[in-house]
Amino acid sequence: MKSLHASTLRTQVILAVFFTLLCLGFLFPIYALVLASFRPGRDLIRFGITAKTLLPRGLTLDFWLNLFTTRNGIYLVWFRNSIILVVLQTSLSLFFSSLVGYGLGVYEFKGKNLILILMLLVMMVPIQILILPLYNLVNAFKSMNTFRGIIFPFVVSPFAIFFFRQYVIGIPTDFLDAGRIDGLSEGGIYLRIMAPLMAPAFGAMAILGALQAWNNFLWPLIVMRTGNMFTLPVGLAGLLTPYGNNYDMLISGAVMATLPIIIIFFFFQRYFIAGLTTGGIKG
Amino acid sequence: MKRSIGSSRFAPYLFTLPFIVSFLAFYLYPLISTVFMSFQEIIPGKSHFIGLLNYKRLMNPIMYTAIWNSFRYTVLTIAVLIPLPILFAVLLNSPGNPASSVFRGALFIPTLISVVVAGTIIRLLFAGGPAAIVNSVLLPFGVKPKDWLVGNSQQAMFLLVLMATWRWTGVNIIYFLSGLQNIPRDLYEAASIDGASAWYKLFRVTLPLLKPTIIFVTTISVFGGFAMFEESYILWSGNSGGGSPNNVGLTMVGYIYMKGFQGGAMGLGSAIGLILLLIVLVVSIGQLNLFGFFKKEER
Repeated sequence: MKSLHASTLRTQVILAVFFTLLCLGFLFPIYALVLASFRPGRDLIRFGITAKTLLPRGLTLDFWLNLFTTRNGIYLVWFRNSIILVVLQTSLSLFFSSLVGYGLGVYEFKGKNLILILMLLVMMVPIQILILPLYNLVNAFKSMNTFRGIIFPFVVSPFAIFFFRQYVIGIPTDFLDAGRIDGLSEGGIYLRIMAPLMAPAFGAMAILGALQAWNNFLWPLIVMRTGNMFTLPVGLAGLLTPYGNNYDMLISGAVMATLPIIIIFFFFQRYFIAGLTTGGIKG
Repeated sequence: MKRSIGSSRFAPYLFTLPFIVSFLAFYLYPLISTVFMSFQEIIPGKSHFIGLLNYKRLMNPIMYTAIWNSFRYTVLTIAVLIPLPILFAVLLNSPGNPASSVFRGALFIPTLISVVVAGTIIRLLFAGGPAAIVNSVLLPFGVKPKDWLVGNSQQAMFLLVLMATWRWTGVNIIYFLSGLQNIPRDLYEAASIDGASAWYKLFRVTLPLLKPTIIFVTTISVFGGFAMFEESYILWSGNSGGGSPNNVGLTMVGYIYMKGFQGGAMGLGSAIGLILLLIVLVVSIGQLNLFGFFKKEER
Protein backbone atom coordinates (compact mmCIF):
# COMPACT_ATOMS: atom_id res chain seq x y z
CA MET A 1 0.00 0.00 0.00
CA LYS A 2 2.76 2.36 0.90
CA SER A 3 4.59 1.81 -2.39
CA LEU A 4 1.38 2.42 -4.33
CA HIS A 5 1.06 5.75 -2.57
CA ALA A 6 4.62 6.70 -3.39
CA SER A 7 4.12 5.85 -7.03
CA THR A 8 0.95 7.96 -7.40
CA LEU A 9 2.72 10.83 -5.67
CA ARG A 10 5.60 10.50 -8.10
CA THR A 11 3.18 10.43 -11.06
CA GLN A 12 1.51 13.54 -9.71
CA VAL A 13 4.79 15.39 -9.44
CA ILE A 14 5.84 14.36 -12.93
CA LEU A 15 2.47 15.42 -14.37
CA ALA A 16 2.54 18.73 -12.50
CA VAL A 17 6.05 19.53 -13.72
CA PHE A 18 5.24 18.48 -17.28
CA PHE A 19 2.09 20.60 -17.52
CA THR A 20 3.67 23.57 -15.79
CA LEU A 21 6.44 23.61 -18.41
CA LEU A 22 3.94 23.09 -21.23
CA CYS A 23 1.76 25.97 -20.02
CA LEU A 24 4.79 28.22 -19.64
CA GLY A 25 5.67 27.42 -23.26
CA PHE A 26 2.16 28.26 -24.41
CA LEU A 27 2.04 31.50 -22.45
CA PHE A 28 5.59 32.62 -23.29
CA PRO A 29 4.63 34.36 -26.58
CA ILE A 30 2.06 36.44 -24.70
CA TYR A 31 4.61 37.39 -22.06
CA ALA A 32 7.01 38.37 -24.85
CA LEU A 33 4.40 40.58 -26.52
CA VAL A 34 3.48 42.31 -23.26
CA LEU A 35 7.11 43.19 -22.58
CA ALA A 36 7.60 44.26 -26.19
CA SER A 37 4.72 46.72 -25.79
CA PHE A 38 6.93 48.76 -23.44
CA ARG A 39 9.74 48.99 -26.01
CA PRO A 40 10.35 51.32 -28.94
CA GLY A 41 8.83 50.07 -32.18
CA ARG A 42 11.87 50.94 -34.24
CA ASP A 43 13.96 48.40 -32.31
CA LEU A 44 11.30 45.71 -32.70
CA ILE A 45 11.01 46.31 -36.42
CA ARG A 46 14.80 46.00 -36.84
CA PHE A 47 15.67 43.20 -34.44
CA GLY A 48 12.38 41.51 -33.55
CA ILE A 49 11.93 40.33 -29.98
CA THR A 50 15.40 39.75 -28.56
CA ALA A 51 16.72 38.36 -25.28
CA LYS A 52 16.97 41.94 -24.07
CA THR A 53 13.29 42.57 -24.81
CA LEU A 54 12.36 39.78 -22.42
CA LEU A 55 14.05 41.25 -19.36
CA PRO A 56 11.73 43.53 -17.43
CA ARG A 57 14.19 46.42 -17.44
CA GLY A 58 14.25 49.81 -19.15
CA LEU A 59 10.53 49.76 -19.85
CA THR A 60 8.62 52.83 -20.93
CA LEU A 61 4.92 53.62 -20.87
CA ASP A 62 5.24 56.01 -23.82
CA PHE A 63 3.80 53.67 -26.41
CA TRP A 64 0.79 52.87 -24.30
CA LEU A 65 0.11 56.57 -23.85
CA ASN A 66 0.58 57.06 -27.60
CA LEU A 67 -2.41 54.80 -28.18
CA PHE A 68 -4.63 57.65 -27.07
CA THR A 69 -2.97 60.38 -29.10
CA THR A 70 -1.39 58.95 -32.29
CA ARG A 71 -3.25 59.98 -35.45
CA ASN A 72 -5.88 61.83 -33.38
CA GLY A 73 -6.68 58.77 -31.30
CA ILE A 74 -7.60 56.52 -34.23
CA TYR A 75 -6.92 53.50 -32.01
CA LEU A 76 -9.79 54.51 -29.75
CA VAL A 77 -12.03 54.75 -32.80
CA TRP A 78 -11.10 51.18 -33.78
CA PHE A 79 -11.71 50.04 -30.23
CA ARG A 80 -15.13 51.68 -30.23
CA ASN A 81 -15.97 50.13 -33.60
CA SER A 82 -15.02 46.69 -32.30
CA ILE A 83 -17.29 47.13 -29.30
CA ILE A 84 -20.17 48.28 -31.53
CA LEU A 85 -19.65 45.27 -33.78
CA VAL A 86 -19.54 42.84 -30.85
CA VAL A 87 -22.71 44.22 -29.28
CA LEU A 88 -24.74 44.41 -32.51
CA GLN A 89 -23.56 41.15 -34.03
CA THR A 90 -23.84 39.10 -30.85
CA SER A 91 -27.28 40.35 -29.85
CA LEU A 92 -28.79 40.05 -33.33
CA SER A 93 -27.25 36.64 -33.90
CA LEU A 94 -28.46 35.35 -30.53
CA PHE A 95 -31.95 36.64 -31.21
CA PHE A 96 -32.34 35.05 -34.66
CA SER A 97 -30.40 31.86 -33.99
CA SER A 98 -32.26 31.14 -30.77
CA LEU A 99 -35.63 31.59 -32.52
CA VAL A 100 -34.68 29.11 -35.22
CA GLY A 101 -33.09 26.65 -32.80
CA TYR A 102 -36.16 26.84 -30.61
CA GLY A 103 -38.49 26.30 -33.56
CA LEU A 104 -36.52 23.23 -34.64
CA GLY A 105 -36.35 21.93 -31.08
CA VAL A 106 -40.00 22.06 -29.96
CA TYR A 107 -42.10 21.61 -33.10
CA GLU A 108 -42.75 18.75 -35.46
CA PHE A 109 -43.63 20.15 -38.87
CA LYS A 110 -43.44 19.53 -42.58
CA GLY A 111 -40.09 20.57 -43.98
CA LYS A 112 -38.23 20.32 -40.68
CA ASN A 113 -35.84 17.68 -41.96
CA LEU A 114 -35.20 19.71 -45.08
CA ILE A 115 -34.18 22.67 -42.93
CA LEU A 116 -31.85 20.48 -40.88
CA ILE A 117 -30.24 19.15 -44.06
CA LEU A 118 -29.84 22.66 -45.47
CA MET A 119 -28.14 23.70 -42.24
CA LEU A 120 -25.65 20.87 -42.58
CA LEU A 121 -25.02 21.94 -46.17
CA VAL A 122 -24.32 25.50 -45.06
CA MET A 123 -21.80 24.21 -42.56
CA MET A 124 -20.14 22.12 -45.27
CA VAL A 125 -19.31 25.06 -47.50
CA PRO A 126 -16.35 27.10 -46.28
CA ILE A 127 -17.62 30.66 -46.11
CA GLN A 128 -14.37 31.87 -47.66
CA ILE A 129 -15.43 30.66 -51.10
CA LEU A 130 -18.47 32.94 -51.00
CA ILE A 131 -16.61 36.15 -50.22
CA LEU A 132 -16.66 37.36 -53.84
CA PRO A 133 -20.44 37.01 -54.44
CA LEU A 134 -21.15 38.27 -50.92
CA TYR A 135 -18.99 41.29 -51.65
CA ASN A 136 -21.08 41.96 -54.76
CA LEU A 137 -24.26 41.56 -52.75
CA VAL A 138 -23.16 43.93 -49.98
CA ASN A 139 -22.02 46.36 -52.65
CA ALA A 140 -25.38 46.18 -54.45
CA PHE A 141 -27.15 47.04 -51.20
CA LYS A 142 -24.82 50.02 -50.69
CA SER A 143 -23.61 48.47 -47.46
CA MET A 144 -19.86 48.65 -47.99
CA ASN A 145 -18.06 50.34 -45.12
CA THR A 146 -21.01 49.80 -42.75
CA PHE A 147 -21.67 47.57 -39.76
CA ARG A 148 -24.75 46.08 -41.41
CA GLY A 149 -22.51 44.97 -44.29
CA ILE A 150 -20.41 42.95 -41.83
CA ILE A 151 -23.27 41.65 -39.74
CA PHE A 152 -26.15 40.67 -42.02
CA PRO A 153 -24.57 37.92 -44.14
CA PHE A 154 -23.63 35.99 -40.99
CA VAL A 155 -26.35 36.97 -38.53
CA VAL A 156 -28.00 33.54 -38.58
CA SER A 157 -25.41 31.04 -37.44
CA PRO A 158 -26.08 27.32 -38.08
CA PHE A 159 -23.66 26.45 -35.29
CA ALA A 160 -25.62 28.52 -32.76
CA ILE A 161 -28.93 27.17 -34.10
CA PHE A 162 -27.79 23.60 -33.47
CA PHE A 163 -26.63 24.55 -30.01
CA PHE A 164 -29.95 26.14 -29.08
CA ARG A 165 -31.84 23.23 -30.61
CA GLN A 166 -29.88 20.68 -28.56
CA TYR A 167 -30.52 22.71 -25.45
CA VAL A 168 -34.25 23.10 -26.09
CA ILE A 169 -34.67 19.38 -26.72
CA GLY A 170 -33.39 18.82 -23.19
CA ILE A 171 -36.12 20.97 -21.61
CA PRO A 172 -39.15 18.93 -20.45
CA THR A 173 -42.24 19.51 -22.60
CA ASP A 174 -44.35 19.99 -19.44
CA PHE A 175 -43.34 23.64 -19.53
CA LEU A 176 -44.79 24.03 -23.02
CA ASP A 177 -48.03 22.29 -22.11
CA ALA A 178 -48.41 24.45 -19.02
CA GLY A 179 -48.05 27.55 -21.18
CA ARG A 180 -50.64 26.31 -23.66
CA ILE A 181 -53.12 25.53 -20.89
CA ASP A 182 -52.61 29.05 -19.57
CA GLY A 183 -53.64 30.28 -23.01
CA LEU A 184 -50.34 31.82 -24.00
CA SER A 185 -49.64 32.26 -27.69
CA GLU A 186 -46.71 30.36 -29.22
CA GLY A 187 -44.64 33.53 -29.21
CA GLY A 188 -45.66 34.16 -25.61
CA ILE A 189 -44.53 30.67 -24.61
CA TYR A 190 -41.15 31.34 -26.16
CA LEU A 191 -40.70 34.75 -24.56
CA ARG A 192 -42.22 34.17 -21.12
CA ILE A 193 -41.42 30.53 -20.42
CA MET A 194 -38.79 29.03 -22.70
CA ALA A 195 -36.34 31.86 -23.31
CA PRO A 196 -35.67 32.28 -19.56
CA LEU A 197 -35.12 28.52 -19.29
CA MET A 198 -32.60 28.79 -22.14
CA ALA A 199 -30.49 31.34 -20.24
CA PRO A 200 -27.42 29.09 -19.89
CA ALA A 201 -27.48 28.44 -23.64
CA PHE A 202 -27.71 32.18 -24.27
CA GLY A 203 -24.75 32.68 -21.95
CA ALA A 204 -22.56 30.15 -23.70
CA MET A 205 -23.43 31.40 -27.19
CA ALA A 206 -23.05 35.05 -26.16
CA ILE A 207 -19.51 34.45 -24.95
CA LEU A 208 -18.43 32.47 -28.01
CA GLY A 209 -20.24 34.84 -30.39
CA ALA A 210 -18.66 37.88 -28.80
CA LEU A 211 -15.19 36.32 -29.03
CA GLN A 212 -15.78 35.50 -32.67
CA ALA A 213 -17.04 39.02 -33.45
CA TRP A 214 -14.18 40.68 -31.57
CA ASN A 215 -11.57 38.67 -33.48
CA ASN A 216 -13.41 38.55 -36.82
CA PHE A 217 -10.89 39.57 -39.45
CA LEU A 218 -11.37 38.52 -43.08
CA TRP A 219 -14.89 39.82 -43.66
CA PRO A 220 -14.42 43.20 -41.88
CA LEU A 221 -11.15 43.54 -43.83
CA ILE A 222 -13.16 43.33 -47.04
CA VAL A 223 -16.18 45.40 -45.98
CA MET A 224 -14.58 48.26 -44.04
CA ARG A 225 -12.88 50.65 -46.44
CA THR A 226 -11.89 53.73 -44.46
CA GLY A 227 -9.71 54.04 -41.35
CA ASN A 228 -12.49 55.49 -39.22
CA MET A 229 -14.62 52.37 -39.77
CA PHE A 230 -11.89 49.78 -39.12
CA THR A 231 -12.27 47.32 -36.26
CA LEU A 232 -9.25 46.47 -34.10
CA PRO A 233 -7.99 43.46 -36.12
CA VAL A 234 -8.32 45.34 -39.42
CA GLY A 235 -6.67 48.48 -38.07
CA LEU A 236 -3.84 46.57 -36.42
CA ALA A 237 -3.21 44.47 -39.52
CA GLY A 238 -2.80 47.68 -41.49
CA LEU A 239 0.09 48.65 -39.22
CA LEU A 240 2.09 45.57 -40.20
CA THR A 241 4.29 47.28 -42.74
CA PRO A 242 8.04 46.90 -42.84
CA TYR A 243 8.66 50.65 -42.80
CA GLY A 244 7.77 53.61 -40.62
CA ASN A 245 7.20 53.67 -36.89
CA ASN A 246 3.82 51.92 -36.87
CA TYR A 247 5.08 49.25 -34.50
CA ASP A 248 4.88 51.69 -31.56
CA MET A 249 1.13 51.57 -31.93
CA LEU A 250 0.87 48.00 -33.21
CA ILE A 251 2.36 46.22 -30.21
CA SER A 252 0.71 48.10 -27.35
CA GLY A 253 -2.48 48.14 -29.41
CA ALA A 254 -2.30 44.36 -29.86
CA VAL A 255 -1.94 43.83 -26.11
CA MET A 256 -4.77 46.26 -25.42
CA ALA A 257 -6.99 44.39 -27.89
CA THR A 258 -6.26 41.07 -26.19
CA LEU A 259 -6.63 42.06 -22.53
CA PRO A 260 -10.46 42.31 -22.46
CA ILE A 261 -10.96 38.79 -23.81
CA ILE A 262 -8.47 37.23 -21.40
CA ILE A 263 -10.14 39.01 -18.47
CA ILE A 264 -13.58 37.85 -19.62
CA PHE A 265 -12.23 34.33 -20.02
CA PHE A 266 -11.11 34.26 -16.39
CA PHE A 267 -14.63 35.04 -15.22
CA PHE A 268 -16.64 32.97 -17.69
CA GLN A 269 -14.39 30.00 -18.41
CA ARG A 270 -17.26 27.60 -17.76
CA TYR A 271 -19.38 29.19 -20.50
CA PHE A 272 -16.58 29.05 -23.05
CA ILE A 273 -16.18 25.34 -22.47
CA ALA A 274 -19.92 24.69 -22.38
CA GLY A 275 -20.32 26.49 -25.69
CA LEU A 276 -17.70 24.28 -27.30
CA THR A 277 -19.10 21.04 -25.94
CA THR A 278 -22.81 21.07 -26.75
CA GLY A 279 -25.12 20.03 -23.99
CA GLY A 280 -22.53 20.29 -21.28
CA ILE A 281 -24.07 23.17 -19.37
CA LYS A 282 -25.57 22.76 -15.97
CA GLY A 283 -27.72 25.64 -14.78
CA MET B 1 -56.89 25.05 -26.65
CA LYS B 2 -58.14 25.03 -30.20
CA ARG B 3 -56.86 28.49 -30.94
CA SER B 4 -53.35 27.73 -29.75
CA ILE B 5 -53.21 24.56 -31.82
CA GLY B 6 -54.28 26.61 -34.82
CA SER B 7 -51.57 29.19 -34.29
CA SER B 8 -48.98 26.51 -33.62
CA ARG B 9 -49.46 25.32 -37.21
CA PHE B 10 -47.75 28.43 -38.53
CA ALA B 11 -45.52 29.07 -35.56
CA PRO B 12 -42.70 26.71 -36.60
CA TYR B 13 -42.37 28.46 -39.95
CA LEU B 14 -42.26 31.87 -38.32
CA PHE B 15 -39.60 30.71 -35.89
CA THR B 16 -37.42 29.21 -38.62
CA LEU B 17 -38.02 32.06 -41.08
CA PRO B 18 -34.74 33.85 -40.24
CA PHE B 19 -32.77 30.81 -41.33
CA ILE B 20 -34.76 30.35 -44.52
CA VAL B 21 -34.31 33.99 -45.51
CA SER B 22 -30.62 34.03 -44.69
CA PHE B 23 -30.11 30.69 -46.47
CA LEU B 24 -31.67 32.02 -49.67
CA ALA B 25 -30.04 35.46 -49.58
CA PHE B 26 -26.59 34.81 -48.18
CA TYR B 27 -25.93 31.24 -49.18
CA LEU B 28 -27.93 29.87 -52.09
CA TYR B 29 -27.93 33.06 -54.13
CA PRO B 30 -24.18 33.72 -53.67
CA LEU B 31 -23.39 30.09 -54.45
CA ILE B 32 -25.35 30.21 -57.73
CA SER B 33 -23.92 33.60 -58.50
CA THR B 34 -20.36 32.42 -57.98
CA VAL B 35 -20.97 29.43 -60.27
CA PHE B 36 -22.17 31.81 -63.00
CA MET B 37 -19.27 34.19 -62.42
CA SER B 38 -16.78 31.36 -62.78
CA PHE B 39 -17.83 31.02 -66.45
CA GLN B 40 -17.63 34.74 -67.08
CA GLU B 41 -15.16 37.50 -67.66
CA ILE B 42 -16.35 40.07 -65.11
CA ILE B 43 -15.94 43.60 -66.36
CA PRO B 44 -18.30 46.15 -64.81
CA GLY B 45 -21.10 46.81 -67.30
CA LYS B 46 -20.05 44.28 -69.92
CA SER B 47 -19.49 40.88 -68.35
CA HIS B 48 -19.71 38.03 -70.81
CA PHE B 49 -19.54 34.26 -70.86
CA ILE B 50 -16.20 32.74 -71.71
CA GLY B 51 -17.01 29.08 -71.08
CA LEU B 52 -14.30 27.15 -69.29
CA LEU B 53 -11.56 29.68 -69.95
CA ASN B 54 -11.24 30.66 -66.26
CA TYR B 55 -10.73 27.02 -65.33
CA LYS B 56 -8.16 26.60 -68.10
CA ARG B 57 -6.34 29.69 -66.86
CA LEU B 58 -6.06 28.04 -63.47
CA MET B 59 -3.84 25.30 -64.81
CA ASN B 60 -0.83 27.36 -63.83
CA PRO B 61 2.06 26.90 -61.38
CA ILE B 62 0.74 29.50 -58.91
CA MET B 63 -2.56 27.64 -58.57
CA TYR B 64 -0.66 24.39 -58.05
CA THR B 65 1.44 26.05 -55.35
CA ALA B 66 -1.72 27.31 -53.64
CA ILE B 67 -3.36 23.87 -53.72
CA TRP B 68 -0.16 22.19 -52.52
CA ASN B 69 0.24 24.66 -49.64
CA SER B 70 -3.38 24.32 -48.51
CA PHE B 71 -3.15 20.55 -48.75
CA ARG B 72 0.13 20.31 -46.83
CA TYR B 73 -1.14 22.69 -44.18
CA THR B 74 -4.30 20.62 -43.68
CA VAL B 75 -2.45 17.31 -43.46
CA LEU B 76 0.25 18.63 -41.14
CA THR B 77 -2.14 20.41 -38.77
CA ILE B 78 -4.21 17.24 -38.49
CA ALA B 79 -1.07 15.15 -37.92
CA VAL B 80 -0.13 17.41 -35.00
CA LEU B 81 -3.46 18.62 -33.66
CA ILE B 82 -5.07 15.22 -33.15
CA PRO B 83 -2.41 13.09 -31.37
CA LEU B 84 -0.96 15.84 -29.16
CA PRO B 85 -4.27 17.10 -27.74
CA ILE B 86 -5.41 13.49 -27.18
CA LEU B 87 -2.24 12.81 -25.20
CA PHE B 88 -2.63 16.00 -23.17
CA ALA B 89 -6.32 15.36 -22.57
CA VAL B 90 -5.66 11.80 -21.37
CA LEU B 91 -2.99 13.07 -18.97
CA LEU B 92 -5.21 15.93 -17.77
CA ASN B 93 -8.04 13.48 -17.24
CA SER B 94 -5.96 11.01 -15.23
CA PRO B 95 -7.23 10.91 -11.67
CA GLY B 96 -3.88 11.82 -10.15
CA ASN B 97 -3.43 15.10 -11.99
CA PRO B 98 -3.39 18.07 -9.64
CA ALA B 99 -4.77 21.44 -10.79
CA SER B 100 -5.83 20.06 -14.16
CA SER B 101 -8.45 22.78 -14.67
CA VAL B 102 -5.78 25.46 -14.24
CA PHE B 103 -3.61 23.77 -16.89
CA ARG B 104 -6.59 23.34 -19.19
CA GLY B 105 -7.40 27.05 -18.86
CA ALA B 106 -3.81 28.15 -19.48
CA LEU B 107 -3.51 26.02 -22.62
CA PHE B 108 -6.78 27.51 -23.89
CA ILE B 109 -5.66 31.13 -23.62
CA PRO B 110 -3.84 31.31 -27.01
CA THR B 111 -7.18 30.42 -28.64
CA LEU B 112 -8.62 33.71 -27.43
CA ILE B 113 -6.05 35.79 -29.25
CA SER B 114 -6.87 37.36 -32.59
CA VAL B 115 -5.05 35.93 -35.59
CA VAL B 116 -3.67 39.42 -36.20
CA VAL B 117 -2.06 39.56 -32.76
CA ALA B 118 -0.87 35.95 -32.92
CA GLY B 119 0.74 36.53 -36.32
CA THR B 120 2.42 39.69 -35.06
CA ILE B 121 3.97 37.75 -32.19
CA ILE B 122 5.26 35.04 -34.53
CA ARG B 123 6.75 37.70 -36.82
CA LEU B 124 8.59 39.25 -33.87
CA LEU B 125 9.81 35.99 -32.34
CA PHE B 126 10.97 34.63 -35.70
CA ALA B 127 12.39 37.89 -37.00
CA GLY B 128 15.47 37.63 -39.19
CA GLY B 129 18.86 38.67 -37.86
CA PRO B 130 21.02 37.07 -35.19
CA ALA B 131 19.58 38.98 -32.21
CA ALA B 132 15.96 37.83 -32.61
CA ILE B 133 15.06 35.42 -29.85
CA VAL B 134 14.52 32.22 -31.83
CA ASN B 135 17.69 32.70 -33.86
CA SER B 136 19.71 33.54 -30.76
CA VAL B 137 18.43 30.50 -28.87
CA LEU B 138 19.23 28.21 -31.79
CA LEU B 139 22.70 29.67 -32.36
CA PRO B 140 24.49 27.66 -29.62
CA PHE B 141 23.07 24.49 -31.22
CA GLY B 142 24.90 25.29 -34.42
CA VAL B 143 21.87 26.60 -36.32
CA LYS B 144 22.82 29.63 -38.37
CA PRO B 145 20.49 32.65 -38.04
CA LYS B 146 17.67 32.30 -40.54
CA ASP B 147 15.41 34.73 -42.29
CA TRP B 148 12.42 32.66 -41.23
CA LEU B 149 9.71 34.54 -43.09
CA VAL B 150 11.45 35.09 -46.38
CA GLY B 151 13.17 31.73 -46.48
CA ASN B 152 11.98 28.65 -48.29
CA SER B 153 8.59 27.03 -48.42
CA GLN B 154 9.39 24.45 -45.67
CA GLN B 155 10.15 27.26 -43.23
CA ALA B 156 6.94 29.05 -44.18
CA MET B 157 4.92 25.90 -43.62
CA PHE B 158 6.71 25.30 -40.31
CA LEU B 159 5.69 28.75 -39.05
CA LEU B 160 2.07 28.28 -40.15
CA VAL B 161 1.76 24.86 -38.50
CA LEU B 162 3.51 26.08 -35.37
CA MET B 163 1.07 28.97 -35.11
CA ALA B 164 -1.89 26.62 -35.59
CA THR B 165 -0.52 24.27 -32.93
CA TRP B 166 -0.08 27.11 -30.49
CA ARG B 167 -3.56 28.48 -31.11
CA TRP B 168 -5.67 25.34 -31.44
CA THR B 169 -4.18 22.76 -29.05
CA GLY B 170 -6.29 24.16 -26.20
CA VAL B 171 -9.58 23.88 -28.10
CA ASN B 172 -8.92 20.33 -29.21
CA ILE B 173 -8.01 19.39 -25.64
CA ILE B 174 -11.47 20.61 -24.60
CA TYR B 175 -13.12 18.47 -27.29
CA PHE B 176 -11.14 15.37 -26.33
CA LEU B 177 -11.63 15.93 -22.59
CA SER B 178 -15.36 16.07 -23.13
CA GLY B 179 -15.12 12.87 -25.19
CA LEU B 180 -13.08 11.20 -22.44
CA GLN B 181 -15.58 12.15 -19.77
CA ASN B 182 -18.24 10.19 -21.63
CA ILE B 183 -16.25 6.96 -21.32
CA PRO B 184 -17.61 4.96 -18.36
CA ARG B 185 -15.06 4.47 -15.57
CA ASP B 186 -16.20 0.85 -15.17
CA LEU B 187 -14.49 -0.05 -18.43
CA TYR B 188 -11.13 0.98 -17.04
CA GLU B 189 -11.79 -0.81 -13.77
CA ALA B 190 -12.75 -3.95 -15.63
CA ALA B 191 -9.59 -3.69 -17.71
CA SER B 192 -7.51 -3.21 -14.56
CA ILE B 193 -9.00 -6.29 -12.94
CA ASP B 194 -8.06 -8.22 -16.08
CA GLY B 195 -4.52 -6.96 -15.52
CA ALA B 196 -4.43 -4.69 -18.58
CA SER B 197 -1.46 -2.34 -18.93
CA ALA B 198 -1.83 1.43 -19.33
CA TRP B 199 -0.95 1.12 -23.03
CA TYR B 200 -3.51 -1.61 -23.55
CA LYS B 201 -6.15 0.63 -21.95
CA LEU B 202 -5.14 3.57 -24.15
CA PHE B 203 -5.29 1.62 -27.41
CA ARG B 204 -8.12 -0.78 -26.65
CA VAL B 205 -10.44 1.34 -24.52
CA THR B 206 -9.71 5.04 -24.82
CA LEU B 207 -8.97 5.48 -28.52
CA PRO B 208 -11.82 3.33 -29.87
CA LEU B 209 -14.31 5.12 -27.63
CA LEU B 210 -12.90 8.51 -28.62
CA LYS B 211 -13.55 7.74 -32.28
CA PRO B 212 -16.62 10.00 -32.66
CA THR B 213 -14.64 12.93 -31.23
CA ILE B 214 -11.66 12.12 -33.45
CA ILE B 215 -13.94 12.09 -36.51
CA PHE B 216 -15.48 15.41 -35.47
CA VAL B 217 -12.13 17.12 -34.87
CA THR B 218 -10.68 15.74 -38.12
CA THR B 219 -13.68 17.00 -40.07
CA ILE B 220 -13.52 20.54 -38.71
CA SER B 221 -9.74 20.48 -39.25
CA VAL B 222 -10.19 19.58 -42.92
CA PHE B 223 -12.54 22.53 -43.39
CA GLY B 224 -10.40 24.88 -41.34
CA GLY B 225 -7.18 23.75 -43.01
CA PHE B 226 -8.30 24.18 -46.61
CA ALA B 227 -9.98 27.49 -45.79
CA MET B 228 -6.86 28.93 -44.13
CA PHE B 229 -5.90 32.40 -45.32
CA GLU B 230 -5.77 34.92 -42.49
CA GLU B 231 -2.68 33.37 -40.90
CA SER B 232 -0.66 33.67 -44.06
CA TYR B 233 -2.07 37.12 -44.80
CA ILE B 234 -0.79 38.35 -41.44
CA LEU B 235 2.61 36.66 -41.60
CA TRP B 236 3.37 38.09 -45.03
CA SER B 237 1.22 41.18 -45.53
CA GLY B 238 3.18 44.38 -45.76
CA ASN B 239 6.02 42.67 -47.59
CA SER B 240 6.90 44.10 -50.96
CA GLY B 241 4.35 42.94 -53.48
CA GLY B 242 1.75 42.43 -50.75
CA GLY B 243 2.28 38.69 -50.48
CA SER B 244 4.79 36.07 -49.48
CA PRO B 245 8.02 35.88 -51.52
CA ASN B 246 7.71 33.18 -54.21
CA ASN B 247 4.23 32.51 -52.82
CA VAL B 248 5.70 30.35 -50.03
CA GLY B 249 2.63 31.13 -47.91
CA LEU B 250 -0.01 31.32 -50.63
CA THR B 251 -3.14 29.27 -49.93
CA MET B 252 -6.21 28.69 -52.09
CA VAL B 253 -8.28 31.31 -50.28
CA GLY B 254 -5.27 33.61 -50.52
CA TYR B 255 -5.35 33.08 -54.28
CA ILE B 256 -9.08 33.95 -54.36
CA TYR B 257 -8.27 37.15 -52.47
CA MET B 258 -5.31 37.93 -54.71
CA LYS B 259 -7.21 37.41 -57.98
CA GLY B 260 -10.71 38.47 -56.95
CA PHE B 261 -10.04 41.53 -54.81
CA GLN B 262 -6.53 42.67 -55.55
CA GLY B 263 -6.61 41.74 -59.24
CA GLY B 264 -10.30 42.49 -59.86
CA ALA B 265 -10.76 39.14 -61.64
CA MET B 266 -13.99 38.03 -59.98
CA GLY B 267 -14.63 35.27 -62.53
CA LEU B 268 -11.24 33.69 -62.00
CA GLY B 269 -11.60 34.07 -58.23
CA SER B 270 -14.96 32.29 -58.36
CA ALA B 271 -13.43 29.42 -60.29
CA ILE B 272 -10.73 29.03 -57.62
CA GLY B 273 -13.44 29.00 -54.95
CA LEU B 274 -15.41 26.26 -56.67
CA ILE B 275 -12.32 24.11 -57.13
CA LEU B 276 -11.62 24.60 -53.44
CA LEU B 277 -15.18 23.58 -52.59
CA LEU B 278 -14.83 20.44 -54.69
CA ILE B 279 -11.53 19.51 -53.02
CA VAL B 280 -12.90 20.07 -49.51
CA LEU B 281 -15.99 17.97 -50.18
CA VAL B 282 -14.01 15.13 -51.75
CA VAL B 283 -11.42 15.10 -48.96
CA SER B 284 -13.94 15.26 -46.14
CA ILE B 285 -16.16 12.57 -47.63
CA GLY B 286 -13.07 10.43 -48.25
CA GLN B 287 -11.98 10.98 -44.69
CA LEU B 288 -15.37 10.08 -43.25
CA ASN B 289 -15.42 6.99 -45.43
CA LEU B 290 -11.98 6.02 -44.16
CA PHE B 291 -13.29 6.17 -40.59
CA GLY B 292 -16.23 3.97 -41.61
CA PHE B 293 -18.65 6.79 -40.86
CA PHE B 294 -21.06 5.73 -43.59
CA LYS B 295 -21.06 2.05 -42.66
CA LYS B 296 -23.84 0.76 -40.47
CA GLU B 297 -22.68 -0.01 -36.96
CA GLU B 298 -21.79 -3.69 -37.02
CA ARG B 299 -22.10 -5.69 -33.89
